[in-house]
Amino acid sequence: MNLDHYPTEGLYDELLTPRLKSRGGLGRMLDTLKRLSYKELDTRRRDAEHSISTMGITFTVYSEAGNIDREWPYDVIPRIILNTEWKRIEKGLIQRLAALNLFVSDVYNEQRIIKDGKFPEYILKTSKNYRRECEGMKPLLGVWAHICGTDLVRDSDGVMYVLEDNLRIPSGVSYMLENRRLTKLTFPELFEDYSISHMDGYTMQLFETLSSITPRPLDYPEVVVLTPGIYNSAYFEHSFLARQLGAELVEGTDLVVAGDDCVYMKTIAGLARVDVVYRRVDDLFLDPEVFRKDSLLGVPGIMRAWKKGKVGLANAPGVGVADDKLVYTYVPDMIRYYLDEEPLLPNVPSYRCNDDKQRRHVLANLGRLVVKPVNESGGYGIVIGPGASKRELAQAADRVKAAPRDYIAQPVVNLSTVPTLCGERIEPRHVDLRPFILQGGHSYVTAGGLTRVALVRDSLVVNSSQGGGSKDTWVIAGTRE
Amino acid sequence: MLSRVAEQLYWYGRHVERAENTARLVNVNANLLMDLPRPFKRTWANMIDMTGSNDAFYRAYKKADEKNVLQFMLADEANPSSMACCVRMARENARSSREILPVEAWETINEFYLYVKKNPASDLMPGQRHKYLNSVIRYCRQIMGMLFSGMSRGSAYRFVRIGRNLERADMSTRIIDAGCVNLLPAEGDTGAAFAELLWLNVLNSLSSYQIYRQHVKVRPNGEDVVDFLLKYVDAPRSVSHCLEEIHTHLVRLPGNDLPLQTLVRTRDMVVDADTITMMEQGGLHGFIDEIQLGLNDIHAQVEQAWFRY
Repeated sequence: MNLDHYPTEGLYDELLTPRLKSRGGLGRMLDTLKRLSYKELDTRRRDAEHSISTMGITFTVYSEAGNIDREWPYDVIPRIILNTEWKRIEKGLIQRLAALNLFVSDVYNEQRIIKDGKFPEYILKTSKNYRRECEGMKPLLGVWAHICGTDLVRDSDGVMYVLEDNLRIPSGVSYMLENRRLTKLTFPELFEDYSISHMDGYTMQLFETLSSITPRPLDYPEVVVLTPGIYNSAYFEHSFLARQLGAELVEGTDLVVAGDDCVYMKTIAGLARVDVVYRRVDDLFLDPEVFRKDSLLGVPGIMRAWKKGKVGLANAPGVGVADDKLVYTYVPDMIRYYLDEEPLLPNVPSYRCNDDKQRRHVLANLGRLVVKPVNESGGYGIVIGPGASKRELAQAADRVKAAPRDYIAQPVVNLSTVPTLCGERIEPRHVDLRPFILQGGHSYVTAGGLTRVALVRDSLVVNSSQGGGSKDTWVIAGTRE
Repeated sequence: MLSRVAEQLYWYGRHVERAENTARLVNVNANLLMDLPRPFKRTWANMIDMTGSNDAFYRAYKKADEKNVLQFMLADEANPSSMACCVRMARENARSSREILPVEAWETINEFYLYVKKNPASDLMPGQRHKYLNSVIRYCRQIMGMLFSGMSRGSAYRFVRIGRNLERADMSTRIIDAGCVNLLPAEGDTGAAFAELLWLNVLNSLSSYQIYRQHVKVRPNGEDVVDFLLKYVDAPRSVSHCLEEIHTHLVRLPGNDLPLQTLVRTRDMVVDADTITMMEQGGLHGFIDEIQLGLNDIHAQVEQAWFRY
């Protein structure tokens, strides 16, 4: 492929420098791309698409016309990160999750951080994801978020920033693993060129993490994955993880809480005790006795079982309090406060709309900022200033004024790009990165993560529900060529 | 194993089997239509008869012509027994128990589903029909073969097998019954030739002609074919074989008292039956009804013992 006209102006490309040389350590990847003809690349793209279709790798898009099962969009050209950089990111992610877990424990118990004046009580009081029902709870190991998906973005200055932490029920890890399988099928020869960190350890580590919160540590733990069912957008992932974990994939109606406050599943041989529930059901739907009464997805009594220590729940209910994007702006302070360390990974600079001065700045500069609702995920509700119409900006301004606590604003991060096969050409497309972090008996970070790519030219929206695709992500031993 | 998953697997077995049976039935009978002598010209309506779906068919269609019958049996999404519908439901069953089935088995049912969706039977030219239906049959057998060769012989496997054999026994009894009913008007020399063709067709519909010839040796005739299809335990589509298979799996499941009792009662009834006397005295139809009731009863007992809480 000819890359002589690959546009890099105003972009940070992960593979190519502005002078179209390869970045340090990535020379062989660039050579490979140059060597391959369009026909060869296209064949591999088709092979990958065929595998995706027969393997049934899908995700569901909710729309007014009903739910549509779409095939997973995957780009054949991998994204590469050097191990030297990754080691530092890994430490930063572990540090971050440790602080977040200490924060959640603290706000549901002593609230030291508020008493010490480092975090405003008002934010907690107005948090939509604060669950009064969790007050006084001390889960095993003091961990609330056992599985975290943190979104990282690289700006045009080359620095990796943390965009957000997903602590409730982060998804995407199965696609990360399937992407690797696809690259192995379609591009086996690339694996000879590079020493690529393997990803296969994730599900074993996940099982370890889940086992570490069993209430009966002496027995082999019965771990289950709780799914809302086949119509959930992430059902593919739920069943993938259950299979990889060797765990039962259960729905709410498969579980009961008996008179002894233990959780049981309905099996063909009668009721069987469950020790740990990896729940992929939102906490408001988890227990109709405590949260939404109309929930058919949950298990009546499961909160009671959890509070009495009869079952482990991952992630713990109530953990979403730290998922709030306004709380996110305090994470660097939390790291200093709880760990007495400097944050290893920077946040994207953020404006708090509940602060009068900062809000005035935001409203005056809406056209240059990104406005985000604090409790949404999946990219919903975000307004990107430079691309928005006058009407959209005015509506965003109204929403911010009406509920300042519910919004933050950030400068537009000009996400880094990676060469991507678009039609018959290789063009730069913007990417982000979601590594997955585990914390239980010990901590673990995936080697790389899920790279999401905005397939539309110049678009910064990478969410698969909004036209994003994905790439395999390699962490390679960093020898500079 | 979870009760819900056990139920999905049981239906998975039934749906894959039903898809195969329907495809085979259409294939064989379309073939027969070309062979029959003028005075006995049969129609596409017989196929609806054979599967006992007259009510459902005439509720949706006026005329039992080739187009409508094929649409109803192969492609109609509103007919839960149509081939396309069975494939879709089998895929849903597999999807909700995907973590239990071997990966290849899921990939194949998914590929099968995409194939049927991409090639609806209503678009078929008459010359493509045979090839298409053979692909369908091959897919079904491939899926079952994957389970047979790749699945641990635990409860999951047993529920698939129970569902499959119950479905198969059900289809075999329906086809035997239809054979007997259609035979009634046939008398005289041409009648005998017609009868032979008809019984041959019954055997072919159950892909049992070859085994019949090897085992029974005489030319196809009512008494021998019925006795063979009901009682010859080594023929994979005979009713007694299916019941024996179900027995093998039932005995290894926990809490099996009631389903097992019902099964043994039905099996003994079939094995001990004097089919020749029944046919002479016109009691076969009633007897087949009794077997069908037995099969329904086994289904109800399985449901009660393992799927319901």
